Amino acid sequence: MNREERAGLGDWTLDVLGPPGQVRPVVSAPAPVLSRAGGEVDPTAEQTVRLAADLVATMRVAPGCVGLAAPQIGVGARVFAVDVTGHPKTGIGHGAFVLCNAVVVEASRWKAGREGCMSVPDLTGDVKRAGHLVVEGALPGTGATVRLVTDAFEARALQHEIDHCAGLLFLDRVAGAHAVYQRKVYL
Amino acid sequence: MSELAITVIGRDRPGIVADVAEVLARLGANLTDSTMTRLRGHFAMTLICVGPAVAEAEAALAPLAADGQLLATVRAVVPDAEQTSNGAPYVLAVHGADRMGIVAAMTRVLAEAGGNVTDLSTRLAGALYVVLAEVELPPDVAEQVTARLAATAAELGVEVTLRPADPDLL
Repeated sequence: MNREERAGLGDWTLDVLGPPGQVRPVVSAPAPVLSRAGGEVDPTAEQTVRLAADLVATMRVAPGCVGLAAPQIGVGARVFAVDVTGHPKTGIGHGAFVLCNAVVVEASRWKAGREGCMSVPDLTGDVKRAGHLVVEGALPGTGATVRLVTDAFEARALQHEIDHCAGLLFLDRVAGAHAVYQRKVYL
Repeated sequence: MSELAITVIGRDRPGIVADVAEVLARLGANLTDSTMTRLRGHFAMTLICVGPAVAEAEAALAPLAADGQLLATVRAVVPDAEQTSNGAPYVLAVHGADRMGIVAAMTRVLAEAGGNVTDLSTRLAGALYVVLAEVELPPDVAEQVTARLAATAAELGVEVTLRPADPDLL
């Protein structure tokens, strides 16, 4: 990542979260916690920092996982972790980070794409997401408010995770009655 | 617990889904997978449900078909084991002037390569014919299938595209 992209996070790194978090079980739909809007958190609270570390630890152990939101580990809070580093569809990438109370402030260049979710393991769906995105949120630990400008795959991941924090699944946004697919079980 | 395959087709009108679903719910039949769509003014429902015996479901649906506007069929099916696939998902799109045999020729190309159609719909709109299909293709055949589809499409005078439909896992 170049310096300009990193600039959005300032000098924040995962080190701020302290010792590695615990790997927590990922919950699947129809768990009610996935369909309730998460509560706003205090980004500097010890509890939030632990939650952030747990999200990163859980994201790290799941193969192919590029993002995980608190409701997916059973916590109704507006916190999520993202790391799209190395994904072939990544354009701008901010590395691994956690955001609290994030909101979308600008969204454009809408594009349909097929996405899946760890919490809906058997289905995928076609969902329109913005390909250019500006997000504001607070960093856990420091509590600093940041404004991230991103595109492509990271933009899609952020919208997916912000939706989780609002109690929405990709199923709430699929393009039509014929836009949900059985996810294949590969041999 | 028996698994039933039910089809209902008839002239489209508001309330067909509600009527059929209500009958099945009263019987204690649990709808699992289904597709329901309008095809040139006919409404077609294909569904799998679990619960009642064939005779019970037939008897319950009979009043709906009594006026001759709906045709319902019920048969018992053997529950399928966990579905596996050794293929990757693709979307096939074909469009062009309507003529005999487009679906037959294009799906034959897929079948010969070991491709499995998991969803397909066609629409005729005026002179324009459109085919859209979800296909699972075995590894390493996409390039060859694309070339064969293009050759077949050229013979038929239609356009074809085959594109990967791999989901982004978030």
